[in-house]
Amino acid sequence: MAPQNNSLLELSCVSKYFGGLAALSEVSLYIKRGEIYGLIGPNGAGKTTLFNIVTGLYRLDEGEFNFDGIAYAHCKPHVLAEAGIARTFQNIRLFANMSALENIMVGRHVRTHTGIWGALTRNVAARAEERAITQRARELLRFVGIDGPHQTLAKHLSYGEQRRLEIARALATDPKMLALDEPAAGMNATETESLKTLLQTIRNSGITVLLIEHDVKLILGLCDRIAVLDYGKKIAEGTPDEVRRNQTVIAAYLGGEAA
Amino acid sequence: MNLGKFPYCKKCNAWRVFAVLAIVLLALPFVTDALLGRGWVRIADFALLYIMLALGLNIVVGYAGLLDLGYVAFFAVGAYNYALLSSPQFGLHWPVWVVLPLGGLLAGFFGVLLGAPTLRLRGDYLAIVTLGFGEIIRIFLNNLNAPVNVTNGPQGISMIDPVQSGGISLGSTQQVFGITLPSVHLYYYLFLCFTLLVIFVSLRLENSRIGRAWMAIREDEVAAEAMGINTRNIKLLAFSMGATFGGLSGGLFAGFQGFISPESFSLTESVMILCMVVLGGMGNIGGVILGGVLLVLLPEALRNGAGPVQQWLFGKTLVDPESLRMLLFGLALVVVMLVRPAGLWPSTQRRRELSDDDDDVVKQELESVYGSSK
Repeated sequence: MAPQNNSLLELSCVSKYFGGLAALSEVSLYIKRGEIYGLIGPNGAGKTTLFNIVTGLYRLDEGEFNFDGIAYAHCKPHVLAEAGIARTFQNIRLFANMSALENIMVGRHVRTHTGIWGALTRNVAARAEERAITQRARELLRFVGIDGPHQTLAKHLSYGEQRRLEIARALATDPKMLALDEPAAGMNATETESLKTLLQTIRNSGITVLLIEHDVKLILGLCDRIAVLDYGKKIAEGTPDEVRRNQTVIAAYLGGEAA
Repeated sequence: MNLGKFPYCKKCNAWRVFAVLAIVLLALPFVTDALLGRGWVRIADFALLYIMLALGLNIVVGYAGLLDLGYVAFFAVGAYNYALLSSPQFGLHWPVWVVLPLGGLLAGFFGVLLGAPTLRLRGDYLAIVTLGFGEIIRIFLNNLNAPVNVTNGPQGISMIDPVQSGGISLGSTQQVFGITLPSVHLYYYLFLCFTLLVIFVSLRLENSRIGRAWMAIREDEVAAEAMGINTRNIKLLAFSMGATFGGLSGGLFAGFQGFISPESFSLTESVMILCMVVLGGMGNIGGVILGGVLLVLLPEALRNGAGPVQQWLFGKTLVDPESLRMLLFGLALVVVMLVRPAGLWPSTQRRRELSDDDDDVVKQELESVYGSSK
């Protein structure tokens, strides 16, 4: 399974240890440009660990990690955000006391440049940039379907809206890859359905999506390819159909020895 | 709750308010002088100095959410910079327009110096390190009289030049357009200009890309970094911006007082400035100004008022006003924090955060429970 030329993200033999515990051991995978790539596995399988490595929150102990042809093995999160990886969090981490609009405006930080001087003088360039930031933030709010007053504090939004706002904030960084950590957690069927549509629209706009999800139905219906992790190892990879029929995967999910 | 709601101002109304405010501020020293005496003009000067300090600390604590208990150190750096460069201590008498900016820059540098090792710390831990930093600076100034005498130790530096430029000294009475302006009045106007500058800078920064990044760090540092904010640089920027304001007002303080000693830069001062920020309303410029004014005026008012009130009530002075005033002052702080936990004039955001708009919450809860069934 050699990485192909059109792969955006490549992990080779990535390991991560917490104390003596191998949270990830020698996981290799690649994600192609423009696909929706799913990551599933039982609780504690290492999905979030892998996710945190890809977004720079954890440093990997062994292995390599390339994004868009450049090695990023030991970079800080903001470097990876600049490189084009944007993420959401499993337990929503919005800027709770900032308005919905401001949350997204913060996301534009990495693509804008106004410094102290621009802020103080409010010169032509700074004003133009500020207008562009606001406009883009409004567009993104509409895009994820949060209507109503933009000044609502993030924490006063409904749960589903908070999830979507987090996606909008991530999209504001103009990512090449959007990494979502259980975006459908706690959502009802209707909300999940609209999330699915949203993710498809995002993919169609050319953004690669990496998705961790417990909702197997959602992930099988949405992803182009899926990797299955169990005890920190990749036990299967392939299209939803392949994974669904994989005996090791069935064993991992249902317990017992693989038949 | 409509405590925080202010009447909606149209643009013309805003100008009217602005004009009235300007006249009040300009006339204040004369009115105060006539009604209460010159001592109160001096207190007004100090109020302005503290407002500058509080606004500087507001950048660090209010915007970036970094609890700094050693802020007075930057005030000290600015003050000693001024004192050493324009006093007989070294025989240097550099012009004020060099010394003041230099004090700001130097304090800003010290801000980075404090910020760099504390980047990974938050909350209580950061508070303790900054507390230590503040004390180190004070003790350093206290002991830097041997083996080489730099700061004159606990005796402090005296005979510091007043703020002066082009033969006009703010240290003595001046005639301007036929109006006689005593020294305290002159300093009042000088401090007012600097305070307005600091307010302007704070306002501009608050509503900018940098200001949003500060607030994002305050709200959630991990998320802020994941969104591409270089938290190291942005935090250092907050520290150095806040410190610059501190250094600037330190220089003004030294010129105004003519004498400084390490005693003026104790932990109590740091705590006092922090109180102004928290009591007034963290992150809200108006609130911080209000906090600064109150915390300077209240102790003075108690000092001057406690004696006569006791005379009137009991016919004699039961408790020494001097010892009573800090008791009452502390009591006032406790009451304010109990009644208005977000500060007297909170920023819209903190107000919403702490106000009990249970209705909204209940409505949302109901929606999230039953809303899906429709």
